[in-house]
Amino acid sequence: MSRRDVALLLAAVALVTLPYWMSGIYYINVASQILFFAVFALGLNIIAGYGGLVSLGHAALFGISAYVVGYLLQHGVGHAIAILGALLAGLAAMAVYAALALRATGIGFIMITLALGEILWGLAYRWISVTNGDNGINLHGRPQPFGFDINSASGFYYATLIVFVAAVAAVAVFVRSPLGAALMGTRDQPRRMNALGYHVWAIRFWACMFSGLLTSIAGILFVYYTQFISPQTLALTSSAEVLLMVIAGGAGTLLGPIVGAGLVVVVKSVVSGFIERWNFLLGAIFVAIVILMPEGLVPGTARLWRRAWQGKDGAPP
Amino acid sequence: MSALTVSRLRKSFGGLHVTKNVTFDVAPGERRLIIGPNGAGKTTLFNLITGELTPDSGSIALFGQDITRVPSCRRPHLGMARTYQIITLFPHDTILHNVSLALLGLTPMRWNPLINMRRQRHLQEQAHEALRRVGLADIAERPLSQTSYGERRRVEIAMALAQNPRLLLLDEPFAGLSIDERQDVRQLLATIPRDVTIVMIEHNMDVALEFAERITLLHFGEVIVEGTRAEVVADPRTREVYLGH
Repeated sequence: MSRRDVALLLAAVALVTLPYWMSGIYYINVASQILFFAVFALGLNIIAGYGGLVSLGHAALFGISAYVVGYLLQHGVGHAIAILGALLAGLAAMAVYAALALRATGIGFIMITLALGEILWGLAYRWISVTNGDNGINLHGRPQPFGFDINSASGFYYATLIVFVAAVAAVAVFVRSPLGAALMGTRDQPRRMNALGYHVWAIRFWACMFSGLLTSIAGILFVYYTQFISPQTLALTSSAEVLLMVIAGGAGTLLGPIVGAGLVVVVKSVVSGFIERWNFLLGAIFVAIVILMPEGLVPGTARLWRRAWQGKDGAPP
Repeated sequence: MSALTVSRLRKSFGGLHVTKNVTFDVAPGERRLIIGPNGAGKTTLFNLITGELTPDSGSIALFGQDITRVPSCRRPHLGMARTYQIITLFPHDTILHNVSLALLGLTPMRWNPLINMRRQRHLQEQAHEALRRVGLADIAERPLSQTSYGERRRVEIAMALAQNPRLLLLDEPFAGLSIDERQDVRQLLATIPRDVTIVMIEHNMDVALEFAERITLLHFGEVIVEGTRAEVVADPRTREVYLGH
């Protein structure tokens, strides 16, 4: 067993037994939040990290799926149809995003996604007959997938954990695949990839769709968790927050967005109980990360760890 | 049938006419050298042939097939490969991965999101074989960032050759190389079989003249002189615009 396998096993045991050693429903709920925000960040990381296409409108995609669940449930539709509808709506919105934003890369891509996100936020805020405006939509109860009750904190935690593990596995498979390698190729040398026979636009488009799928799944988990959706979820600050998760943890790494999600959610929900100006603390942490580990917490820690070991042994391990 | 037929090709950037009515023909298996002073439009011509730029008018045919309107990313699938004047490789990856990407580009497997690329035996073997051809098999696993400039040139050529092209476009393959490295690349190019047609842009006359069978001289976007090596070198216009003596 390699050191890596041991670490994975320990992490798996810790995650599965979490409701037993974590004291209090509040902290189990924080863990659930970390997991579904991690799925969201993993989704954004597909295009922002592996594809080099930074989106500042992803919270609106996340929000669309949440709204569709709320809207359909309000109109008496069953959970299964509501979830399916939310996934389709999220993917359709992503396809429109991609079709418009992929006309550009770099700053252009950021600005188009930002504009699209703001349009959707505006719709959620103003299209009151559908979204109930600023008051948002309330949900009543969670589904019972395969007869499994997820209304309790630990029940919902396990449902989220299963989705989270599936999402991590899907991303891990994708980044080792030919399409994943092609996506990273289009990030580093789009012109060369084109000259090698790759359809750069199509590769980016499918990457966007994968990103949209994970974002949509995270949005559905979110709305079932909070039982409430309002325009605030679609706002630019939410898009920026998830992008910070990706960048702080390490863009273009598998573990980075997960660690980033953990950091942001913990500071936001746990530390805010002790420090009123928690935004200030979050900002200070990001400034520290950017100065000390510009590549993100995960690659940065790995670098320091290697340096520490090399220092001891005098040779690279 | 010609390997490459360029007829009446024109390209302007605003008021700047970079390619004016360029027409030439390259026979299958030929080694063609394109020369011309800086700004003559040589690289633009390559970009038009590969489709990275769209011509304002004129046509391009590859082995008799009109490809003027074929998207640039389809052209490698028709047997066209190129190298860049400024080395364009994937800096974070190994030499092997660079060549694997070149191989993958022509297979439908490039769309597969589920399999592990490193476990594709056939792909890996082909990549090793392509690296053996250019003498880099020993350092296949080395990250590109730890290679010399001359090695990177050979990786560029290995990537082009890995695609088994019918037409190979080399944009200044000797640029920036030391004398020894130049010899390596020269020998490498000499081993390319005759079923590959080669069109090369090069300024370095010592190595390029020896390589070329026919030469096309471009000047301000026009073909001034074309002919065999001896004819072009002897032509007074070549001396005037290019050799400068």
